[in-house]
Amino acid sequence: MLIKTSFTLNGEVVQVETAPDAMLLWTLREELKLTGTKYGCGIALCGACTVHLDKVPVRACITPVSVVSGRSVTTIEGLSKEGLHPLQQAWIDEQVPQCGYCQSGQIMQAAALLENNKKPTREEIIGHMNGVLCRCGTYNRVFKAIEKASQEG
Amino acid sequence: MSNDSNSNRLSRRHFLAVAGGLTIVIAGAAVVPGLSRSKEDNTNGERITAWVNIQPDGKITIYNPAAEMGQGSMTALAIIIAEELDADWNDVAIEHSPIEPDVYGLSWRGGLGGPMITVGSRTVMGYYEHLRMAGAQARYVLMANASKKWGVPIEELTTGPSKVLHQSSGKSISYGEISRFATAPDKLPDIDQDQLKSAEEFRLIGKVTDRHDIPSKVDGTAEYAMDINVPDMLHAVISRSPVHGSKPDLQNESDLRTMEGIVDIVILDHGVGILAQKIEQALKAKRFMQIKWSEDGMASGHDSQAAYEIYDATSRSDDTNWHSIVSEGSVEDNLSADDVIEARFKNDYVYHAQMEPLNALVSPPREGDPAEVWVGSQAQAGARQAAAEALNLPEDQVILHPCYLGGGFGRRSMADYVTEAALLAKHADKPVKLLWTREDDLQYGAFRPICSQTLQAKVKADGTISAWSHRIVGTGGGLLGSGARIPYYTMDAKRVEMHSIEHGVRTKHWRSVAHGPNKFAIEAFIDEIARKLGFDPYLYRRRLMINDQRSLAVLDAAAAMCDWNSPAPEGRARGIAFAERSGALAAGVAEISVDRNTGMIKVHHFWAAVDAGVVVQPHNAIAQIEGGIVFGISSVLRESITFKDGKVQQSNFHDYPIARMADTPDQLEVKIIPSDEKPAGIGEASTPLVGGAIANAFLALTGNSLRHMPFTSERVLEVLS
Ligand code: FES
Ligand code: FES
Repeated sequence: MLIKTSFTLNGEVVQVETAPDAMLLWTLREELKLTGTKYGCGIALCGACTVHLDKVPVRACITPVSVVSGRSVTTIEGLSKEGLHPLQQAWIDEQVPQCGYCQSGQIMQAAALLENNKKPTREEIIGHMNGVLCRCGTYNRVFKAIEKASQEG
Repeated sequence: MSNDSNSNRLSRRHFLAVAGGLTIVIAGAAVVPGLSRSKEDNTNGERITAWVNIQPDGKITIYNPAAEMGQGSMTALAIIIAEELDADWNDVAIEHSPIEPDVYGLSWRGGLGGPMITVGSRTVMGYYEHLRMAGAQARYVLMANASKKWGVPIEELTTGPSKVLHQSSGKSISYGEISRFATAPDKLPDIDQDQLKSAEEFRLIGKVTDRHDIPSKVDGTAEYAMDINVPDMLHAVISRSPVHGSKPDLQNESDLRTMEGIVDIVILDHGVGILAQKIEQALKAKRFMQIKWSEDGMASGHDSQAAYEIYDATSRSDDTNWHSIVSEGSVEDNLSADDVIEARFKNDYVYHAQMEPLNALVSPPREGDPAEVWVGSQAQAGARQAAAEALNLPEDQVILHPCYLGGGFGRRSMADYVTEAALLAKHADKPVKLLWTREDDLQYGAFRPICSQTLQAKVKADGTISAWSHRIVGTGGGLLGSGARIPYYTMDAKRVEMHSIEHGVRTKHWRSVAHGPNKFAIEAFIDEIARKLGFDPYLYRRRLMINDQRSLAVLDAAAAMCDWNSPAPEGRARGIAFAERSGALAAGVAEISVDRNTGMIKVHHFWAAVDAGVVVQPHNAIAQIEGGIVFGISSVLRESITFKDGKVQQSNFHDYPIARMADTPDQLEVKIIPSDEKPAGIGEASTPLVGGAIANAFLALTGNSLRHMPFTSERVLEVLS
């Protein structure tokens, strides 16, 4: 049995047909071919799959597609309408990524922070980012890039 | 250069003016006398085994033979060629090289052509000299063509970024322009080492700051194997033996087959594969699978806690059959004395935990087209071979598309996941994308092995070590020994030995291999000795390094960075450690505090000084050293895989925690020591420092020794009570 779900994805309305228990992560990656959102753990432990649901960061791996019906989802591919988001630029300036696999999640998580808090403190940054794992250990640069973008923003 | 000049003689075929461009097949051909006939004969105008291609529009493509897993070598290797080619970096594009180890393999017996494998921090050091030569020879060919065209002696020509110049006439011509008419000289000149650029002339080596792969890694476009889709593709997952070596007996196959989207069930030696239309259908069927596992797995009964007791007994036993790593002078007489200092160190199994779980996409051969493989692999040639074997095809019938690796750390130099995907694709006769879930990746991991290390030293009152014994007992065979040598410490007699006991569990190289455990034990023990004798740990190391000025300079640099003699802030202490790995010398200092209620160690500050010879990309090297420290902190404070009844006890990041942002030191300071020595390996240089530096800071802070990694809160509290 398939169900239809419509939602706004990166600013455009899309409709998908999925199993009732399909998760947003796999629907994005395999049905909608938006592969910037990554699978890392599947149970909300790593943050690699972070996307925005109505501007709030959520873990796509545990978000059923049915939940996003009628709502707005933003992925790394749609983070910036034009050119680079200030965080993406800061990420390049600070040469943050190593293997890169966690970085969509890092950037999406960070973007949600700056959306509500233009000048986060050190503690606020760490508190907000602590759930997104990076095995390559780029945390100090993630931190610097967020600070940089927030100072310039 | 010691290459005999014959090997530098190129036939025309090696230098190809292909349709609309110039492909220069130099390094491989020049230094690999064994370049096989068939490959030479294959030079019919297509791009073949080559390092550089120049197009009339000026675009210079450089082919990268190494895996890119975040260590930056795809950029570094291109920089090396572009430097001697005198290319404008803005003209350079980087593409994967073909998988031809004869041509693109690492340095091997004086030439290239060794394995095509990205391990052990060997990439830059394994290609450096040869790629400089390749770039220089390509530049020479361009100059020779300009010289002929203008009718001026080549000696009067120079180059600037991507162009040849004739100073006296003011003429200049771009490399792209030359590629339109270039022909090959019959013989390439022998280029001497002293004709290469001097360090002062470098425009790119040591200068280029940005990595080629980074822009694609901030906008989601970087392609990992998991991101590839091909038409008609099936998705697969496998339930693998929980006890290594046990065989599956599937109990509910017919039920599984009725589940939505399930295309096939494949019984493998070590597990059961599920092929489905969609990944979530495969995952769901995996959850419902009921498998009875045979009791005869080779890891049956392994208990990692109990293993330590066996190791301890083994290290005391006279009957142990030791494998000698170092034997200098005689230690026996000295070690029987009463005042011998002794300590035993342990380390648990650790897991690679690369962020991208293993996966591969294999498409079987179709209507005469070769098979195709998309994979992120540290061993591309090995991965292709594994796929070819599983598909029962000759290797030249398998095309491997290297993808970015979402982390490697040694795990992706195995090809087990490629074999599996190929077996399933062969069975289905359709393209199959195999995903290892995080749980699969962890529980069927191949771990850095556990071991117990017994260190003994006889020390004179002045600090001279008259006898040093280091005995390693663990599992994993050769994985136990790296880093146990300490040539930089002068001692009267040294004995280093190891003994491996087989438990039937999967073990593997893990970033810096045994350097993590061994340097931890050595450096912690040095501090224990220093403390007993009342010496400052830094000054005591200086004394032991009396005969190794290069190491000493690195140690001094780290001590200067942290202002070793200044007191640490209230409630904190510093610990110092030294290590060498893949030719790089590194010293580090950790400044920590301990919460005596929770047992949590916090690393506030970490300073590291590294001498890695010529550093091609200093900015990236610093990033690697930072990452290596965080990786080290993660393993030293948090990571532990345990076995009970042969089964891994952990399954995902909730019970296998890795370092988070809050665990990162508030300050990470790295200093690269300038050097003209040959490049050494960077990617693993700092990880081995961390265990010793933290243990030594803890000893300074509390007077207690931490001797079992990881230093979890429970272990810290136990030591403090
Ligand atoms: S994949 Fe969703 S949090 Fe890890
Ligand atoms: S950059 Fe590799 S996991 Fe974060």
